[in-house]
Amino acid sequence: MEVKNEKTKDKKQGVLKRIAGPVVTAVNLDAHMYDVVKVGREALMGEVIKIQGDNVIIQVYEDTSGIKPGEPVENTGLSLAVELGPGLLTSIYDGIQRPLAVLVEKMGNFIERGVTAPGLSHTKKWKFVPLVKAGDKVEAGAIIGEVQETNIVHRVMIPPTAKPGVIKVIKSGEYTVDEIICTLEDGREFPMIQRWPVRVPRPVKEKMNPTIPLITGQRILDGLFPIAKGGTAAIPGPFGSGKTVTQQQLAKWSDAEIVVYIGCGERGNEMTEVLTEFPHLEDPKTGKPLMERTVLIANTSNMPVAAREASVYTGITIAEYFRDMGYDVSLMADSTSRWAEAMREISSRLEEMPGEEGYPAYLAARLSEFYERAGLVKTLNGARGSVSVIGAVSPPGGDFSEPVTQNTLRIVKVFWALDAKLSQRRHFPAINWLNSYSLYLDSLQDWYDKEVSPDWNQIRSWAMGVLQKEAELQEIVQLVGSDALPETEQLTIEIARMIREIFLQQNAYDAVDTFCDMKKQYDMMKAIRLYSDLAYAAQVAGVSPAQIITIKAKNDLPQIKFIKDYKPELAKIEKQMDAEFNALRSAA
Amino acid sequence: MKEYRTINKIAGPLVFVEKTEPIGYQELVNIVLFDGTMKRGQVLDTSDDLVVVQIFETTTGIGKDSGVRFTGETIKMPVGRDMLGRILSGGGKPIDGGPEIVPEKRLDITGAAINPYARSNPSDFIQTGISTIDGTNTLVRGQKLPIFSGAGLPHNNIALQIARQAKVPGSTEGFAVVFAAMGITKEEANAFMQDFERTGALERAVVFLNLADDPAVERIITPRLALTTAEYLAFELGMHVLVILTDMTNYCEALRQIGAAREEVPGRRGYPGYMYTDLACLYERAGIIKGLKGSVTQIPILTMPGDDITHPIPDLTGYITEGQIVVNRDLHRKGIYPPINVLPSLSRLMNLGIGKGHTREDHKKVSDQMYAGYAEGNDLRGLVAIVGKDALSERDRMFLEFADLFENRFVRQGYDEDRTIEDTLNLGWELLSTLPVEQLVRIDRELIQKYHPKFRTGAKKE
Ligand SMILES: Nc1ncnc2c1ncn2[C@@H]1O[C@H](COP(=O)(O)OP(=O)(O)O)[C@@H](O)[C@H]1O
Ligand SMILES: [Mg+2]
Repeated sequence: MEVKNEKTKDKKQGVLKRIAGPVVTAVNLDAHMYDVVKVGREALMGEVIKIQGDNVIIQVYEDTSGIKPGEPVENTGLSLAVELGPGLLTSIYDGIQRPLAVLVEKMGNFIERGVTAPGLSHTKKWKFVPLVKAGDKVEAGAIIGEVQETNIVHRVMIPPTAKPGVIKVIKSGEYTVDEIICTLEDGREFPMIQRWPVRVPRPVKEKMNPTIPLITGQRILDGLFPIAKGGTAAIPGPFGSGKTVTQQQLAKWSDAEIVVYIGCGERGNEMTEVLTEFPHLEDPKTGKPLMERTVLIANTSNMPVAAREASVYTGITIAEYFRDMGYDVSLMADSTSRWAEAMREISSRLEEMPGEEGYPAYLAARLSEFYERAGLVKTLNGARGSVSVIGAVSPPGGDFSEPVTQNTLRIVKVFWALDAKLSQRRHFPAINWLNSYSLYLDSLQDWYDKEVSPDWNQIRSWAMGVLQKEAELQEIVQLVGSDALPETEQLTIEIARMIREIFLQQNAYDAVDTFCDMKKQYDMMKAIRLYSDLAYAAQVAGVSPAQIITIKAKNDLPQIKFIKDYKPELAKIEKQMDAEFNALRSAA
Repeated sequence: MKEYRTINKIAGPLVFVEKTEPIGYQELVNIVLFDGTMKRGQVLDTSDDLVVVQIFETTTGIGKDSGVRFTGETIKMPVGRDMLGRILSGGGKPIDGGPEIVPEKRLDITGAAINPYARSNPSDFIQTGISTIDGTNTLVRGQKLPIFSGAGLPHNNIALQIARQAKVPGSTEGFAVVFAAMGITKEEANAFMQDFERTGALERAVVFLNLADDPAVERIITPRLALTTAEYLAFELGMHVLVILTDMTNYCEALRQIGAAREEVPGRRGYPGYMYTDLACLYERAGIIKGLKGSVTQIPILTMPGDDITHPIPDLTGYITEGQIVVNRDLHRKGIYPPINVLPSLSRLMNLGIGKGHTREDHKKVSDQMYAGYAEGNDLRGLVAIVGKDALSERDRMFLEFADLFENRFVRQGYDEDRTIEDTLNLGWELLSTLPVEQLVRIDRELIQKYHPKFRTGAKKE
């Protein structure tokens, strides 16, 4: 007996051979790729990322200072997984789903190592309300009951890999996530909790084409370059151009039902800001605190780089889980470049053959696998759910030709190009309207027709046309000055300025302007269009641009942004505009 | 402690030691030369057969006959209250002729990451008395706000002016200063020391000096010693600490040198691929912790090689810090002090520290409007050079003049001129009032009514 015991132990227990940063080498370890292992005497968590002869290479999720060759390594035989169940919402996790609030309790204000903490509370009781009864047939993904988690209903499901069966016992009442709430005829038992390996997408019945926009309340996004629910978008930009503010605006105001926000290798204070702000902000749709629909993942720049690599997988797996309940989920990853750099750092320590700019050759594959996990789907239980993914990209020196930006643009359907020239003059959001695009425009057209106005698509093209024309004219102005332009074109410049300053510019820090619904967006653009029509008509009637520019009513237009009940004011301005133009025309 | 004489290779700052017992990663190492002198180093790579040690001083004198002692612990820094007023070397040894530091504690210099959940949002406005900072790129307590400069520009004077004038209006607590010099010249260091002495700041300062002729590799630990000290003063003694790190460019060069010695695959322009993470582990050591009294505010200074803001050093720094103050050569040539170019400058925490209850309700919008006006006027300068002033429209001419006014009145101020935030904002309004009111599209009507000199009904502090 003893001999046998010794032997199995021998197989599982390896020994450290080399430590150099977050990557360590073990020998005598019986391991498979992506097994989770416990490294050293302090049992630091790590993951097998390469097997070479006798050597097992492990990335360690915690600081490895002081760890010595000869210390033990133990294989758990499991892959890196997250815990899924009631208790996810309002949580803030590190990259490997350790709740940061629990870590503060366990080890104080600084993140020390060697402390484990499960993703969900295993002692808290939740009120489980069954939705099936004994004798019901259930398949993988079936919803068997509900828990009122926050203001959001958490739908408890049969795990996606389970075989069909018939309910024998289904309980009702207060249970922890581990207690059995459902037993099938064949004896299988299910608690509320599920575990899912983060690197494997959760299965769905079918992927569908997105047709509904994710409304964000940001004019340049919803109005000009919309993303669909279930779509993908990238926001590349140099530092300070507005990646994080845009991502946070989306997390706050987008009409998703669940938000997963990943701070991947970015600033600690930014996560704190979300943590302090969100509980006090209301979802414009439900009026409930935004925090209640949010899951945060914070693996900041100074936290271990291997856990940073894992953080995006942890986030997207949680997003998929809520999607499987039939929710529209949106996921923001700030910044995917830091994730790519984590891959690069690990890869270079593995002495892998570097690809472009030192990134591993599998960079493009990893990026597309990640964005592929977005989508509008028919879930295993037949419901519709979606995961929209919006990734920030931080190109070195702001140069978009670098590998992470380029590989991302090959995959995503929406490109919001941030521009330092705009942010430097405090034109926010600093999204360049000439370079950005959305490939969802066609598939969303019907929605805008029906839900906004039949002429919205036409007005949108008109505005884009004016902006495009302005860019061409600006080139001429740079050579000859604006006074040398023909009169109609001077008007175009004026109208383009109005589109930029009134419609495109939007202040995230203004209590009203921070969110602008589609109706108001439409009304604002219509008002600019009205000015444009009147101005050109006046010009045809012989009024000079110099006179047209003196129209007073339009000076009040920018104020509309800051007014909540803007309608009376807008009507007044439009009426006055009409009157002033009439006066001009009759004088001409 | 066991002493090994098994060095088999020395390359650059790295020493390779064979046949050791198991040695811990990042362990502190003492190398003993034949004449008894000791050099310190740290384990970078440890395995059964070879240990790689990075030496913090020059490797001069180290040979195969040198003894190697592994201390069994990572690098610790003795800290204590009596460090205030002291001058230490870049390696942490007293160089002011005073006694050794009496340690109250020994702290790991790597410093663990602050749990984001334990942080508290910085929001206390620091008045530096400099309009381009207070008005348009506001610093708050607990922020990390670097100065991006160029060789020969007066960044040190700006840092000193900030250190001298920084105060939180309404608070009686001053700042303790932790100053870490990395590879700066003796002359630059003297300028700092004299100013500290002149103003009495030295009593509340801890100074770490690694000068240009000190070992480059030591620069790797200098900022870590400084930040460990700052964290101790802030989070254990409850002080508000201002950390000045200069020059981060020299730090990064040292990092590059070690990477090269280790024959690593270099990243952009030869700097190590992990430089972002490495810098983050320094810059993120700033902030405020919930329930604790003190704070760490960081002002790192770096000189941009070739004045290029896209160079990896400013680039990676800007991606980590909470904004940047950019010092500009053209403004300097025009004789404007402080030559801060507000356009590429940014304070990301500004919004938390301004407005009602912090500075004044009109702060944000005045700032935005000045930016827009200055940016527009500045662009027109290029056009004027081509087409002449006459080809400009009336509107354009006004913005052009606004840009000049902005530089000469708002940006320009004296080295000892300490403007209150009210002075700065009122000056802003005065300049904005040279533009037609309808051009002030960034500001709501009510604020214009209340603060615009033309309509002012009484611009009092909130
Ligand atoms: N929509 C916006 N409205 C107002 N200010 C903005 C907006 N977007 C960005 N900013 C300003 O720009 C700064 C930098 O934005 P941030 O999103 O942090 O940049 P990045 O993440 O690209 O480095 C912010 O601190 C804020 O002052
Ligand atoms: Mg950011």
